[in-house]
Amino acid sequence: MDDHLNSAVSALTERFGAEASEFRGQVSLLVSAENIVAACQALRDEFHFEMLSGETAVDYWPQQEPRFHLVYQLHSLSRNLRVGLRVPLDGNAPSLPTIEGVYPAANWHEREIWDMFGIRFEGHSDLRRILMPYDWEGHPLRKDYPLGYEEVQFSFNYAEINQRKPYAKE
Amino acid sequence: MVEKTEITLDELRHLISDRAVEGETVLLNMGPQHPSTHGVLRLLLELDGELVINCIPDVGFLHTGVEKNMEAKTYLKAAVMTDRLDYLNTVGNNLVYCLAIEKLVELEVPPRAQVVRVLLTELQRIASHLVWLGTHALDLAAMSVFLYCFREREFILDILEMCGGQRMMATYIRPGGLWRDVPGEFDPAVRQFLKILPARIDEYEAMLTKNPLFLERTRRIGVLSPENAIRWSVTGPSLRASGVNLDLRKAQPYSGYEQYDFDVPTHSDGDTYARYVVRIEEMRQSLRIVQQALDKLPNGPVRSNNRKFVPPPRSELGTSMEAVIHHFKLWTEGFPAPQGSVYVPVESPRGELGVYLEGDGGPKPLRVYWRTPSFLNLQILPLLSKGHLVADLVALIGTVDIVLGDVDR
Repeated sequence: MDDHLNSAVSALTERFGAEASEFRGQVSLLVSAENIVAACQALRDEFHFEMLSGETAVDYWPQQEPRFHLVYQLHSLSRNLRVGLRVPLDGNAPSLPTIEGVYPAANWHEREIWDMFGIRFEGHSDLRRILMPYDWEGHPLRKDYPLGYEEVQFSFNYAEINQRKPYAKE
Repeated sequence: MVEKTEITLDELRHLISDRAVEGETVLLNMGPQHPSTHGVLRLLLELDGELVINCIPDVGFLHTGVEKNMEAKTYLKAAVMTDRLDYLNTVGNNLVYCLAIEKLVELEVPPRAQVVRVLLTELQRIASHLVWLGTHALDLAAMSVFLYCFREREFILDILEMCGGQRMMATYIRPGGLWRDVPGEFDPAVRQFLKILPARIDEYEAMLTKNPLFLERTRRIGVLSPENAIRWSVTGPSLRASGVNLDLRKAQPYSGYEQYDFDVPTHSDGDTYARYVVRIEEMRQSLRIVQQALDKLPNGPVRSNNRKFVPPPRSELGTSMEAVIHHFKLWTEGFPAPQGSVYVPVESPRGELGVYLEGDGGPKPLRVYWRTPSFLNLQILPLLSKGHLVADLVALIGTVDIVLGDVDR
């Protein structure tokens, strides 16, 4: 591991009780939800992770505790380093503080995560759905959300399937 | 059925000014079926006369649920969906997905495949920039550039068709290498293209670079400071046009990019014209990479021989029982990938294209997340367009270079 990254990791471990892990040469830190803003702030201001590369969530359903992991990818342009942050989140009314104040680019990322996973971000400036229609029900990237499929219509059951097929019909 | 409710202005109240509520400014809908929005982008504009006060992008019209669908398919079968994301950078999408899988399962790629991958992604980068240049110039009323750019783009699509059998979505790059080797006519075709294009780029430049009408429409329009670019995670040519020298091909090389000699063009102005200059120069640099790749193209296999992950070539199926078993197993059950996650970024024509891939030990990915450059670059459009004319907004939509398939996924 790079020296600079090492000092960042040990600082976060000490201050926020983060757990570091390495997989295929990529370092990620497990941080609790209440510390995420402070951890991002520290990484940006003290350790030069200026850019938020990506932010997403992973659903481990049917496991409930923790059901979700929030995943942040930070990028240091000046040191040419990357680090991942992971925040475990309970499946029951999941919510955590927004990091929009530290990285403004998180705005659309967090809207997308709200849209796709139903995870709320406290203090977010514009938490609306972004990809799905505004009146959509459910959060599609959750594992308990069905994928959906098209039933194949053959000549013998064409009419039967046609009846229950969801068309845009009046 | 839940009663459908109309969306009211109250929900957007925090995005518009008080003057809009009093009726002093106008709220205008632009798109999603508008030729200058480069696809199905909808913008809600708050206008004071012709000045843009606020711009609220509304995306999602091209959302196809690729990420959800990929979770339901094996790693190999999900590869065909990657082309459909950014349809101007199909080879690049294949590449980043395959790099992520190769990192996750620790798969080696033979040298010839690496070089062909670089060659094709650079050709694709030129093709993507040509489409960008043509449509951007068209938005600014330069019709002929559009026709010339698409003429040259067709050369590249012919080369891609020669390799993969399709102009755009061939899924030619596969985990562990390529689908098949490049044909014999590939080399002369690329060499001919290399001979033609530099003069053609000069032609485009002759039409635009010093054209007073073009300068008037692009100079000092949508200035993006380097600080804002970094804060808003803008990547690619837009970031480099703001003076930040970040190119992942140089900074974090993949597929052997460290072996090629090329420059990363940057510009300090950060306006629409700077982004134009950077992209034009990028095309020339890509040509240099293509030339070097073509000259050094080594002989050898184009896909890994690791039969636990890479299906055997078609020719073996008739003679080897082992090959039939591997073929059958890989295309039905798939290969298991270990538990763990990787994040692999590459430099696409639009910026940092990243794939976050998480495996759960089974043959299907637990989560595939696409960090797409268009999505994040589009986010700064409200920032860029504030205080400009509606006509300039059209130039700005062109300059951030979005592909809606990439935004909405």
